[in-house]
Amino acid sequence: MTKKKIGPSDIEAVARLARLGLSAEEKEKFGRQLNDVLLYMEKLDGLPLEGVEPLSHVLPLQNVMRDDTPRPGLEQKQALANAPEKRDGFFKVPPVIE
Amino acid sequence: MNYETVIGLEVHVQLKTETKIFCSCPAGSGGEPNTRVCPVCLGLPGTLPVLNRRAVELALRAGAALNCGLSGFSKFDRKNYFYPDLPKAYQISQYHRPLNGAGWLEIPTAAGKKRIGVTRAHLEEDAGKLVHFEDGWSGVDYNRTGVPLLEIVSDPDLRRPREAYEYLKELRSVMRYIEVSDCDMEKGSFRCDANISLRPAGSRELGVKVEIKNLNSFKAVERALEYEEIRQRGLLERREPVFQETRLFNADLQQTISMRSKEEAHDYRYFPDPDLVPVVFPPERTGEIRGQLPELPLARLTRFREEYGLPDYDAGVLTAERSLADYYEEAAVAGAGYKSLSNWVMGELLGKLNEAGLTIEESPIPAGRLAGLLKLIEEGTISGKIAKRVFAEMFESGEEPARIVERRGLLQISDRGELEGIVETVITGHPGPAADFRGGKEAAIGFLVGQVMKATKGQANPKLVNQLLRARLS
Ligand SMILES: [Zn+2]
Repeated sequence: MTKKKIGPSDIEAVARLARLGLSAEEKEKFGRQLNDVLLYMEKLDGLPLEGVEPLSHVLPLQNVMRDDTPRPGLEQKQALANAPEKRDGFFKVPPVIE
Repeated sequence: MNYETVIGLEVHVQLKTETKIFCSCPAGSGGEPNTRVCPVCLGLPGTLPVLNRRAVELALRAGAALNCGLSGFSKFDRKNYFYPDLPKAYQISQYHRPLNGAGWLEIPTAAGKKRIGVTRAHLEEDAGKLVHFEDGWSGVDYNRTGVPLLEIVSDPDLRRPREAYEYLKELRSVMRYIEVSDCDMEKGSFRCDANISLRPAGSRELGVKVEIKNLNSFKAVERALEYEEIRQRGLLERREPVFQETRLFNADLQQTISMRSKEEAHDYRYFPDPDLVPVVFPPERTGEIRGQLPELPLARLTRFREEYGLPDYDAGVLTAERSLADYYEEAAVAGAGYKSLSNWVMGELLGKLNEAGLTIEESPIPAGRLAGLLKLIEEGTISGKIAKRVFAEMFESGEEPARIVERRGLLQISDRGELEGIVETVITGHPGPAADFRGGKEAAIGFLVGQVMKATKGQANPKLVNQLLRARLS
């Protein structure tokens, strides 16, 4: 199995989007693992799937809905309890460019 | 070369539910940040979304009003992107199987009715709100996160910025008629992004499109599209490329400005959300929902024109809001003359309501009473001028018009004898204009009628006064 499904630039792009800082070794390691996963998934291409409807859910359930009745949620203090940083009731985050 | 403009709009309508789409937090707006949140809408681990039945009903009703095909099978997908206003790092939306498929909306244009295709109308959850602190940091409020939205995507069928404006107006009107949303742009319950491209006239192929965001009013949409139309034409004429990009409308500059995005990923990696099961309903539901729709604005406009003989303009104003149209019809049924009723409603009533900051539902003058006032004019009991005074008083006190007229002694003077005396006094008092009229200066009669009206505090029957003056001066 030497087929390449994913290259170093793909790994870097995905890491950047996920805000993950990866070392050179990690990039190499995760690249190899992701490649193996993708190659494994390729086995599906060999299956005869003509006329098979795509599965939307693994459970035989449908129309699970609730009534439109409000219920109290968390208080502000609880909501912010796990936030690394907060200010004036807001979750504080690094500057975002809009 | 001649170019054709191609415009498509994406509208987000906030559905009028009590709770959010996937949790039971209240869906209202305003209030302290992060006070209408729970583990589900905060995207905490181990939670599961459960769909709000009401949101589905409202979305189906909207789809029916937009003539959308309902597949009867719909499901939810995850739209993945990273932004602090999105706590789960994905938005639950509908990509592959939207609740409402292709449909259309008919809009009034200068050249008559035009049918604009609707590509789809699907459910999704709203994101949170960002605020920017002075030191450069940002704050996130998740109160809005998970509020149900219906995204209505139009086909690229609009050809002029004005048509985009008309489409938005009609869409808003329809959504308000069917009570699916408040559609308040200021409160963010009606939002619009626009796509625009130009192509050589006659070409079937679409040009490179630009997306415009930050459009805060219908007028802004029209202005931004007009600006963009000119900008793109300039580029094409100079044979410079139009870049596919997102531009922001700057209302102060009345320009669109390129938004340099650092995010390269425009692939949202949609995939089915395993936390939610499909929504399935029998095809009969479609007919049922359609059957429950009220008469929609454009149909009502047409009927107002035909049934009440109103000009296009009047019919358009009166039917833009369902409550106003209902008011008009109630007064019309109560016996008011159609055109004069239209004038009074559009002029006096809307003017006063606007001044007082009231909606038509809050009008201190019920429809029946306005009809009563108009009947007093038609019967000649009071003059039009006096009616305005009575109207103002009705607006203040809510009293019956006939009672005000009686209490204030405002009955129109149609007594010949009484008026003849006043006519005589006026003629004697103004020999100049009287002589002018005798000498053939027709306009002088207006002055003399005015003097009689003044002498009777506006209560004289103007037709009769005119008659008497002419008889006396001939
Ligand atoms: Zn919640």
